[in-house]
Amino acid sequence: MAPLSTDVVACPDCDLLQRIPELPPGEAACCPRCGRKLATCKPGSLERTTALAVAAAIAFLITNMEPLMGLSLSGREASTTIAGGVWQMWAQGERITALFVALFAVIAPALQIGFLLAILLSVRRPPAPRWVGRLLRWVVIAGSWSMVEVMLLGILVSLVKIAAIAKVVPGVGIFAAGGLLLLLAAMSASFDPRDAWSRIRWVKGEGPGRALPSSGSDAAESGR
Amino acid sequence: MTGAARTGMREGFVSCEACGLLSRPVGAEEPGDCPRCGEELEFRRRDAIQRTWALVITAAICYLPANILPVMRTTTLTSEQTDTIISGVVRLHASGSWHLALILLIASVMIPLAKLAALAYLLISVQRGSVRNNRERTRLYRVMEGIGHWSMVDVFVATFAVGLVRLRPLLSVAPEPGVLFFSAVVILTIIAAQSFDPRLIWDSSRGKQVTNDG
Repeated sequence: MAPLSTDVVACPDCDLLQRIPELPPGEAACCPRCGRKLATCKPGSLERTTALAVAAAIAFLITNMEPLMGLSLSGREASTTIAGGVWQMWAQGERITALFVALFAVIAPALQIGFLLAILLSVRRPPAPRWVGRLLRWVVIAGSWSMVEVMLLGILVSLVKIAAIAKVVPGVGIFAAGGLLLLLAAMSASFDPRDAWSRIRWVKGEGPGRALPSSGSDAAESGR
Repeated sequence: MTGAARTGMREGFVSCEACGLLSRPVGAEEPGDCPRCGEELEFRRRDAIQRTWALVITAAICYLPANILPVMRTTTLTSEQTDTIISGVVRLHASGSWHLALILLIASVMIPLAKLAALAYLLISVQRGSVRNNRERTRLYRVMEGIGHWSMVDVFVATFAVGLVRLRPLLSVAPEPGVLFFSAVVILTIIAAQSFDPRLIWDSSRGKQVTNDG
């Protein structure tokens, strides 16, 4: 199992072999056959992503602790947090759906931020230990099930729906969720997984090196 | 590009799905583990076509109860009404929020249907060995993979309505079984898109046909 130069890749979407060219800052390499983005050059990605992840962690805590919205009708009042919504679903018999909501709105974003912070801190001094590679796999899975933006739309729609029958007031949690949504998007966009992988100790201890797979792989197109 | 495209599989290389490292497999049947991250290597996602079909068919079956059964029940002192996904959209439209109604119609009704149809089309075209519109089919796959989770919005709407509106007996909202089927549809279509392997779209292309697409 000979490892090859990490500059030569097979496109994940169409399997075309190609060499990633040296990229100027801010540019990306795309597969010439299917258009998939293969690599980006993001100077300062590590520091910027760390700052964004810390901010996202704070926004996440506020989003989950503060009430999302309040309701008043004939002198009675009620308010809810994310956990409150999940708990009511659970208590009223829709337990599986309650678990799904908790997973997509709370657990997946928490793991996404937590794993990424652990990765960012441990790749500062390469080579990072192998468990960081495991976190790099998990952060992708957590990210693919994290649905903060969908949750926020759901909150807004339920506000409008309930406003038709009672008086509703948006709470601090909604604004924190809006901030969290922006910070998560910026955090994911500024993270460079290729760079992180290049800082990790190899399982087979061989490290990068070795020649390219024979001659003349097509070079990926570079551009923004 | 001239002649057959140089793909990883044809040249005898395997690309790690976790870390992207290209390496030479141990054997043609069992490619072994990735030397960098230790993940088990596969030339193509295992049983991609069968798994995706199974998930698409299961999601299509759940789509019926998801739309027929009510997802929530609103109780006041004098009345009680249940809402399905569609009647929720209609009610939102009637109350004047046509733009939110349109967003919900797209997210809850059209995206799941479009996703099922698109995945079925991709599966059939791959099984028939189609070599046309590879780039467009790959783009379709990426779009379907990217928008699927927006269908969850109605489940969140129900959750927060149930969480907030509990002023019994004045006004309360309770969940109904449709919400479970609806989340099942969304989750099954997300997993279905993840089990499909877009590289299968390109595997049928041989020789000069590749130049026409590229």
